[in-house]
Amino acid sequence: MSSYSLRGMNWFNALSTGAKTVVGLPASLNVADGFLGEQAVRFIAVVADPDNRFVRARNGEVGLLEGWGLAKAVDEVITADQDKPQKRALIAIVDVPSQAYGRREEALGIHQALAGAADSYARARLAGHPVIGLLVGKAMSGAFLAHGYQANRLIALRDPGVMVHAMGKASAARVTLRSVEELETLAASVPPMAYDIDSYASLGLLWETLSVDQIEHPTAADVSRVTECLTQAIGDVAEKGRDLSSRLGASNRAASSQVRQLLREQW
Amino acid sequence: METLSFEFPAGQPPRGRTLVGCVGSGDLEVLIQPGQPGKLTITVQTSVNGSEQRWQHLFARMFDGQTPSAMDIDIHDFGATPGVVRLRLEQGFEEIAHD
Amino acid sequence: MTDSAALLHKHSFVELGARQRAKALLDAGTFRELLDPFQRVMSPWLSRQGVVPQADDGVVIAKGSLDGKPVVIAAIEGAFQGGSLGEVGGAKIAGALELAAEDNRKGIPTRAVLLLETGGVRLQEANLGLAAIADIHAAIVDLRQYQPVVGVIAGSVGCFGGMSIAAGLCSYLVVTQEARLGLNGPQVIEQEAGLEEYDSRDRPFIWSLTGGEQRFATGLVDRYAEDDVAQIRQQVGELLKQGLPANQRSGQAELYLQRLARLDAEPQIEPATVRDLYQGARS
Repeated sequence: MSSYSLRGMNWFNALSTGAKTVVGLPASLNVADGFLGEQAVRFIAVVADPDNRFVRARNGEVGLLEGWGLAKAVDEVITADQDKPQKRALIAIVDVPSQAYGRREEALGIHQALAGAADSYARARLAGHPVIGLLVGKAMSGAFLAHGYQANRLIALRDPGVMVHAMGKASAARVTLRSVEELETLAASVPPMAYDIDSYASLGLLWETLSVDQIEHPTAADVSRVTECLTQAIGDVAEKGRDLSSRLGASNRAASSQVRQLLREQW
Repeated sequence: METLSFEFPAGQPPRGRTLVGCVGSGDLEVLIQPGQPGKLTITVQTSVNGSEQRWQHLFARMFDGQTPSAMDIDIHDFGATPGVVRLRLEQGFEEIAHD
Repeated sequence: MTDSAALLHKHSFVELGARQRAKALLDAGTFRELLDPFQRVMSPWLSRQGVVPQADDGVVIAKGSLDGKPVVIAAIEGAFQGGSLGEVGGAKIAGALELAAEDNRKGIPTRAVLLLETGGVRLQEANLGLAAIADIHAAIVDLRQYQPVVGVIAGSVGCFGGMSIAAGLCSYLVVTQEARLGLNGPQVIEQEAGLEEYDSRDRPFIWSLTGGEQRFATGLVDRYAEDDVAQIRQQVGELLKQGLPANQRSGQAELYLQRLARLDAEPQIEPATVRDLYQGARS
C-alpha cells in the first residue's frame, strides 16, 4: 500500500487508452495526446514520482518540476494549435494532495513555478482551448491553483476522497488556533470551510458532480460515463466562452456577484 | 464576539465622515458619519465578550457633560485597550472637525 | 544631502496602511475609492464565527491616474487577518482586474497595480478565498494581454500562499528589503517538513531565501526599492511606462527547467546556489 494516491494515474490510464504518450517532461507528469470521440485532447495528470530529484515532491505534490513541467506541457499545445481553427482540449486530471513544502522549493521559487503552470492553462483557455478539470482525488491549495483551477469547467467525482481545500485539517486547525473538532463543527455551518465535495458543490464552482462505481480502479462503465461528461463539458465551453464567469451565481457565492456588480456601477 | 449599542444626547450632525484605524489585533476601526440631530449613536462589534460596562464607562467619560456632534459611530474592535479606543475616537473627531 | 537630511525626507511606505499606500502612488487628487468602507460590503462569513469583520474586508480598490494615465490599484491591508483574502476582498481584486481588461477592449488603457501584503487564503473562508484567488490569476493573465500588471511587495507581512502565485503572474514585481515572497508560510513548512528543513523562528534564514534582496539577486523580482514612498512610486511609474515585458517570467518554463536540470538537488540548498543557478535568467 503506497503512501500516495494512485487515482490520478489510474484515471489517466483509463481515459487515455490508445493515446500517444508525450515525452520530454518530468516523470511526475503523465501526459498523452488522444481523442474523446472526435475531439482531440491532451490528458494531463500529476502523479507520484518516488524518484523525484526533489525529495519533498515524491508523493504527488506539485513542486518545482511539476509546475514548470505543466507549463511546458500546455505551452506545447498552444504553440502547435496556434493557427488551427479547432483547438485541442486539455483535460487536467486532478489528484494533488498539496504543493511541495521544502527549503529547496522556497529558495528556488516554487511560487513562480506554479505561476508558470497557471499562466499556461489560463492562456490556453484564452486562446480558445477548452480546459476541463476532472477532480478524482484531492485538489488542494496551490497545487490546484496550478493544475485545474484555470479550467473552463470543473467536474468532480462524488467520493469522500475527493476534496478541495486551502489547507489540510491538521494544519488549518493549528494556524487558526482551533482543534480539528472545532474546525469540523464550524465547517458544518460555514460551507466554504467544509472539506466534503457536496459542500464545495454548493459554492457553484463545479459544472457537474458524478458518481462512479469504482473510483480507485474505474470500470468500463465508469470510464464511459466520465468520457461522456467530459465531451459534454467541452461542447458547453464552445457555446459559452473563455472566461470563468460560469462559476458565479450560487447563493453561497452571492457576495462575489454583488461585488462585481457594484464595481461596475462605480467604475 | 458581541454587538453593543449606546446612545448619548448630542448637538448638530457634522458635515463630513471619516474612517480611522484597522481591525488588527489590539486595534479597532472607527467609522464616523453624520447622524440624527440631537443623537449620538454608537454601535460596537467587539471580539471581547462581557465588555459592555467598560465601553459604557469609556463613552460616559468622553461624552457626559459634553455636547458632541450628532454622529453615527460604528466600531469594529479586535481587543483594543481603552487607551487605544480613546486615541482612535479622538483621531476620528479631529478629522471630522476639519471638514 | 547629508544622511540625516535624506532620512528626514524619506517617507516609509511600509508604515502606511493599504489606503494610504494606494493614495501615495496615485497622482495627487486623482484617488477615488470603489466599494469604500462606508458602503460596508463586508464578509458574509466572519461574524458567525466570532471574528470581527472590517468594513472594506481588508482590500482597497482605488481608481486614479499614475503619470497621467488611468490605473486601478488594489491594495491589501496586511493588518487585517494577516492580509488574507476572503470572498469579498478577493472579488474586489478580481472584479477590478476584470473591468480593467474590459476597459482595454474598449480602447481605454487602464493599467493595474497590486499592493500585495497577504498570507494568501483566509482560512475562515477557505474555498471561497481559494476560488477568488483563481479568479485573480485568470484576470491578471487576461489584462496582461493589453497592459503590464505591476505588483509591489513591501512588508511587513510579505506575499504568500495563492497570492504569491498571483505575484508570479505579474508583469513586474517591486520589493523592499523588508519584503518576503514565498509560497508557503514558514510555520507550515516547519510543520510539514520539520525544523531541520525550515526553522520558522530563524528570521535571517528566512529572509536569506525569500527576502526582497535575495529575490532581486535571483531575478525573481524586477526592482529593489528602499522603503520610501517616492522611490517606490518612481519604480512603479517606470515599469508601467515600459509596457509589456519582452519575456514574461511566468512564461519561461523552458529556461527554468533547463536551469533546474543543472542543479544537484541532493545537498540542501544555499542562497548563493540559487543566485548562481538563475544568473542571467531575467533580462
